[in-house]
Amino acid sequence: MQKIDLSETGLRAMNKMLHGQSEHTNQTTWEIVNPKGSHAIACGLDAPIEVTVKGSTGYYCAGMNQQATVNIHGSAGPGTGENIMSGKIVIEGDASQYLGATGHGGMIVVKGNASSRCGISMKGVNIVVQGNVGHMSAFMGQSGNLVVCGDAGDALGDSCYEARFFIRGEVKSLGADCEKKEMREEHLALLQQLLDEAGIDADPTEFTRYGSARTLYNFDVDNAGAY
Amino acid sequence: MCGIVGLFLKDKSLEPKLGKMLTEMLITMTDRGPDSAGIAIYSEETIGRAKMTVQSDAPETAFKDLDTALSEAISASVSMQVRSTHAILDVPTGSTEDVRSELTKLGIRVMSRGNNLEIYKEVGLPQDVAAQFDITTMSGSHGIGHTRMATESAVTTMGAHPFNTGEDQCLVHNGSLSNHNSLRRKLRREGIHIETENDTEVGAAYLTWQMQNGATLGEALTNSLDDLDGFFTFVVGTKDGFGVVRDPIACKPAVMAETKQYVAFGSEYRALVNLPGIEDARVWEPEPATVYFWNHKETPSATEKAA
Repeated sequence: MQKIDLSETGLRAMNKMLHGQSEHTNQTTWEIVNPKGSHAIACGLDAPIEVTVKGSTGYYCAGMNQQATVNIHGSAGPGTGENIMSGKIVIEGDASQYLGATGHGGMIVVKGNASSRCGISMKGVNIVVQGNVGHMSAFMGQSGNLVVCGDAGDALGDSCYEARFFIRGEVKSLGADCEKKEMREEHLALLQQLLDEAGIDADPTEFTRYGSARTLYNFDVDNAGAY
Repeated sequence: MCGIVGLFLKDKSLEPKLGKMLTEMLITMTDRGPDSAGIAIYSEETIGRAKMTVQSDAPETAFKDLDTALSEAISASVSMQVRSTHAILDVPTGSTEDVRSELTKLGIRVMSRGNNLEIYKEVGLPQDVAAQFDITTMSGSHGIGHTRMATESAVTTMGAHPFNTGEDQCLVHNGSLSNHNSLRRKLRREGIHIETENDTEVGAAYLTWQMQNGATLGEALTNSLDDLDGFFTFVVGTKDGFGVVRDPIACKPAVMAETKQYVAFGSEYRALVNLPGIEDARVWEPEPATVYFWNHKETPSATEKAA
């Protein structure tokens, strides 16, 4: 295992070391100590390595991630996993606002709660939150799945496209064009698969599915006066 | 952006370190705003006396024999301690309005008034401003700090935060208010004194006006959610407590930590990392549109759902 003390190495040198890992690196396990809420830790990784951050992180940790697994043993700041393409991010604590914004693929797991705008404009990422999510979560979500084992705040899935939302607890309010949907066999199977992948023990039948009512897809001439 | 910090001590043994702890927290937030910095400290009061923090751009001349002049003007003893461009006036309780009108004649600005509150703020980086006033040596029960990235008005001493609202009350703000012009006109018509074109000063004046009309601080903060338009995370200080409120959209970041020794606020977790026992603190993000308040007199962590 490679160990980096961020307070000694510095952010740029550390990220450069991580960026230096190739597809076939044999240094596959990394540990970062003393993160102290620094920004942009382990951003832009593109190798099949596992990075564990011992402590809480600031803005944009593991942003643009590809292939790598990033474990955060603490809480994560705003914009964690922004534009994740693949790989996995596991946050042991809570996540701040706009977790996984615009994420294209991969998985983000939060063991605590996620704040507002979780999965905003998600484009294929799967996000599994063991606790609650805040308001405006999955705003304009286009693709991918948001699984919430607790409650969701105001305006869930506002103006969403084809992203799916599975919520076990209560939804404070639904956003424009987001509606409750039927939970069919294929959804139960998908949800079970997501929960298994996230390592979270929950019964898929306790969840409700939400998604787009698809009424905002096409221009309605009755609304012409609004422009 | 702007950076805010706040520290409310429950453990009296930490009080001599308040200035040092707040300064370190604020310096960590420097890259959120390099334009101006300020700190409000609640230190010990003297029974029968009130404190006023005053400021002048020409302290050598403005503060020369100011205590004697004020003593004569109000026929009571006034003492003064000069710290760079600021001075702390020690005046008899109940005389602050008389002293203020004398100071206005002399062209000296009042930064704060109250029994415990002192406010130090200037243009510059937190590190330089803290050194200018020797804030690391100050003790107190609680305090708040701000480092500014100016958006709505000029970079001046008077545009720096914290803003004094009422007696022993102050406010720092991260965000921008969009209805401050109309609200300023309204508040001025109500007789509230507003000095600058700054949006936050209007927020502070709004709270003053609310409280003058009988609202408690908690009610005033709750009402601000309806009447203020724009983005804000406010941290307010009072004689014996401090409060936090974020607008319903809550774009502006905020993180809080609580241990048996303190309650701390930071725009980012980075501001809190060197506090004692932070590893085991309860750390959380304050909810949008919710008023949080801590008071030395009451049970800590009383939170009131506002909306």
